[in-house]
Amino acid sequence: MSLLADHRQLVDAGGVGHHTVMLIANELARAVLQPTSLEVEDGECVSIRGASGSGKSLLLRAIADLDPCTGRISLDGVDRDSMPANEWRRRVTYVAADSGWWTDRVADHFEFPDIAAGYLVRLGFQGDVMSWPVSRLSTGERQRLALLRAMVQGPRVLLLDEPTSALDPETTAKVESLLHEKILGGIIVIMVTHDAGQAKRMARRSFRMKDGRLSEEAA
Amino acid sequence: MNYIQLSYWDIALAASFLTVNAGLSIYYGLGTERRLLIAAARMVVQLTLVGLVLKALFATVSPWLTLLVGIAMVAFAGREAMARQERTFIGFWGYGLGTASMLAAAGVVTVFTLSTQVHADPWYDPRYAIPILGMILGNTMTGVSLALDRLLSEADNGRGRIEARLALGHTFRQAMQEPLKGAMRAGLIPTVNGMAAAGLVSLPGMMTGQILAGVDPVEAVKYQLLIMFLIAGGTALGVFSATMVALRRLTDARQRLRLDRLRTG
Repeated sequence: MSLLADHRQLVDAGGVGHHTVMLIANELARAVLQPTSLEVEDGECVSIRGASGSGKSLLLRAIADLDPCTGRISLDGVDRDSMPANEWRRRVTYVAADSGWWTDRVADHFEFPDIAAGYLVRLGFQGDVMSWPVSRLSTGERQRLALLRAMVQGPRVLLLDEPTSALDPETTAKVESLLHEKILGGIIVIMVTHDAGQAKRMARRSFRMKDGRLSEEAA
Repeated sequence: MNYIQLSYWDIALAASFLTVNAGLSIYYGLGTERRLLIAAARMVVQLTLVGLVLKALFATVSPWLTLLVGIAMVAFAGREAMARQERTFIGFWGYGLGTASMLAAAGVVTVFTLSTQVHADPWYDPRYAIPILGMILGNTMTGVSLALDRLLSEADNGRGRIEARLALGHTFRQAMQEPLKGAMRAGLIPTVNGMAAAGLVSLPGMMTGQILAGVDPVEAVKYQLLIMFLIAGGTALGVFSATMVALRRLTDARQRLRLDRLRTG
């Protein structure tokens, strides 16, 4: 705890501003991923770009506690290791680039299908997609529904791995608009994207990952 | 008990069908005669040796010798079960998991039946202990290897599905529900099918043997029922324990999917 407290004082003294630092990753590391430290504020979106295999997804997975890694991480001042892993992942939810589906019907993948249904039109869906079999969904539809599935659970942090890679510009704009709204509401988004334009539109700060090292890009 | 004793001549005569097959294979150039004859020769040597070992074993009725043979059987079954899996755990777990669950399941069921229903005297009499252990172990081995094979390959192939659930905050147990059900089903299906088809499609081997040895069919059926229940119980126990331990080994204290603990082949 002392390490974390020191770190927070350091960050506060450094004058990060009047925003509160909500997510702190400290020396997070595993194979490929070099020790990485990152602080993200309440209601902030940061983007990470970099070549394939540079460790972008590994960083998101490490934050979500999906792979063994060293280092410490806390959210709202609470250390990750002080809560069960599944509770941590409910608050800090990773949405993979390839979405996973485990039963036949779309609605069965949602904890709150009714709430999710309220967002469908905004995400460009028509018709009762919730009652569809998953096999009927296109890649782009799966991608949007996987994001929605995570979002309606009300996480504090969304870790998005190329969330619009399979979408056309028009649908991408719809997804970005919804994300913007959530970010304004206080949610933290860490987004891996190959799209420089998207990084610019969405993120307050942009990072670049190279050979497992994260560095902030000049504004 | 009156049964018709076989002379070596009788056995040689039975083998003559095989010689006819080998002759046909040579005549038509099918190339199966060598394999056929080698397999037949192996069988003769292996079974003759087993017969001699069992005869010596039955004559001594030593608890230690019986235990030793039992352990050797379990050890071989463990190797065989591992060889049948496409993916196994790295290190000792690969061999240890299947072997330990078979040892526990087949051991418990065998000792239970020897001491309660069969009333062998002494209970470890190898004449009863070794054949019963062998029958239970053979079936438990099939069940355990099928269940582990299914569980580990579904965990590996279904990584995206499982980790999607973990990422949403499901527990590891919830995320593994489908692979777990599949593994249990795969492990138990041969036993369930065996019970359902017994007597209709084929007469089980043990019962047939007893009938040929002059035992009253009704008595032979009672023995067969006993064995079938033991096989089903032992297999279910082995499949359940192996699957549950494997499930724990597939994860860690932070409920991650630990595919890094597996290797293929």
